[in-house]
Amino acid sequence: MPDSLSADDVRHVARLARLDVTDEEVELFAGQLAAVLDHASDIEALDTHEVPPTAHPLPLVNVLREDEVTPGVERDEVLAMAPAAEEGRFRVPRILGEAP
Amino acid sequence: MSEREASGAGALDGARYEIVVGLEVHCELRTRTKLFCGCPNSFGDEPNTNICPVCLGLPGSLPVLNRQAVEYAMRIGEALHCQVRPSIFHRKNYFYPDMPKDYQVSQYDEPINVEGWLELPAGKRIGITRAHMEEDTGKSTHMGGAGRIGDATHSLVDYNRAGVPLVEIVSEPDIRSADEARAYVSELRAILVATGASDGKMEEGSLRVDANVSVRPAHSATFGTRCEIKNMNSLRSLGRAIDYEAARQVDVLQAGGRVVQETRHWNEDEGRTSSMRSKEEAYDYRYFPEPDLVPLVPDEAWRESARCALPPMPGERRRALAEAAGTDPASVALLVELDLDGLVVEAVAAGADARIALNRAANEVAADLEGARRLSPASFAKVVSMEAAAKLTATQAKQVLAALLAGESDDPEAIAARRGFEAMDTTALEIVIDEVIAANPEPWERFKGGDPKVAGLFVGQVMKRTKGKADGKAVTSILRERAGGG
Repeated sequence: MPDSLSADDVRHVARLARLDVTDEEVELFAGQLAAVLDHASDIEALDTHEVPPTAHPLPLVNVLREDEVTPGVERDEVLAMAPAAEEGRFRVPRILGEAP
Repeated sequence: MSEREASGAGALDGARYEIVVGLEVHCELRTRTKLFCGCPNSFGDEPNTNICPVCLGLPGSLPVLNRQAVEYAMRIGEALHCQVRPSIFHRKNYFYPDMPKDYQVSQYDEPINVEGWLELPAGKRIGITRAHMEEDTGKSTHMGGAGRIGDATHSLVDYNRAGVPLVEIVSEPDIRSADEARAYVSELRAILVATGASDGKMEEGSLRVDANVSVRPAHSATFGTRCEIKNMNSLRSLGRAIDYEAARQVDVLQAGGRVVQETRHWNEDEGRTSSMRSKEEAYDYRYFPEPDLVPLVPDEAWRESARCALPPMPGERRRALAEAAGTDPASVALLVELDLDGLVVEAVAAGADARIALNRAANEVAADLEGARRLSPASFAKVVSMEAAAKLTATQAKQVLAALLAGESDDPEAIAARRGFEAMDTTALEIVIDEVIAANPEPWERFKGGDPKVAGLFVGQVMKRTKGKADGKAVTSILRERAGGG
């Protein structure tokens, strides 16, 4: 595990999360994120090869519901909360690329 | 790299290159509600009328997995001979307005179904890598310009489809031609419909196909660079897109270029694929386990009940029909596809002639599928048997069948009697034939001399005199006998 994170790594992660960060913030977050990674890397000191990966902290499986319709929300109420709506739909700015 | 001219997309140089295709099929499940909430799963409703805090991703809402969606996913896994395993859900993170949560819940490294196979009617097996569960996205409509994303001014989003359960079925790159790809999707669709999980409607988007296409020199052991083709909404466009794309890649290679791995968009009107590359960097979905959902661990009893819920699959039905009718499975694929195999199997079991039953089912019955629903196997068997026993000529049998399909009656004998379809006995037929011979001495000499052109004249005359009641085959055989040919 690296004990530091490059400025490019931080910019990449910020971009994926659509965060606009200044150069000062990149430096600040590089140190903070490296500390988090260091903490997580402590676990590497342990022998975990016989421990199955934990998918969920609760010892539960198969939480299911029946396939029955339940009431939703009023369209107009939800659309009123949106920045813009048109023809019963959410209006969003021009999309720059095709769906991923 | 220059794009292949739309008009220039010709046949692939099959002797030098081989097409390699793997398909990803998204199948919407026919549940009543969405995957993680109780909103109706319904196509064509008013926009944004089937939405709630869960599928809108509002803070504080929590997803709960739909039992029926899991049941359908397991049936699909069983039908595709997969291992059905414990699985978990991940978040696939991306920014796009079709998902209000900014992530799609999907199965990533531990999907519910892995390592299966599907057998094409022609007998070839295509490997199934995985068939995992995920939620569908919303539907965006691009406004302004020509309705295309590039020149739109803004988009409108409907979240009715966001959260609808899907199973994505990923094949191995075992498909070697556009025809095979179509056969695969067609067979997969039939299987999905048989499991009850899907309505199979490609035109409504409940079945959507993406194709990974590459080409390689014939006899090469390694794969070429692949492109993913999207936006094909019929079997026909799937075939066209694969052929176009393969030819484009061969052009690139023959010009000394390299195929670039990318996603390409099929344009049905232009008949070509084009690059969908955007200015954005490569996608990085940052998958991580969905903390709001617990693992799914179906026990053996549940898996067994999913297996038991399956009716016979198309492959089994083809084999059963082929065995009953004494033919090969590939030749009866259409009858199974049209759901007419049961009719033939039962008719044959009731003693009907297999060859005639197959013919009448594939032609007359297949031409009236609406009517086929009221045709009982017993009546069908009866008509076929009457024809086989020469109580009806082929023409008469077709008319009786048409009347059965039209719902006139369900008694073939009554229908035949009403139309005066009585079998002519051979003696009566011979008398008529002798009369016709006597009336046509000159053509008769030519017939005896072996001129095949006059045969029609005699058969026609006999039919006219018997008002079509004579059996054409019997007439021909008596004529030959009379001509002394034996």
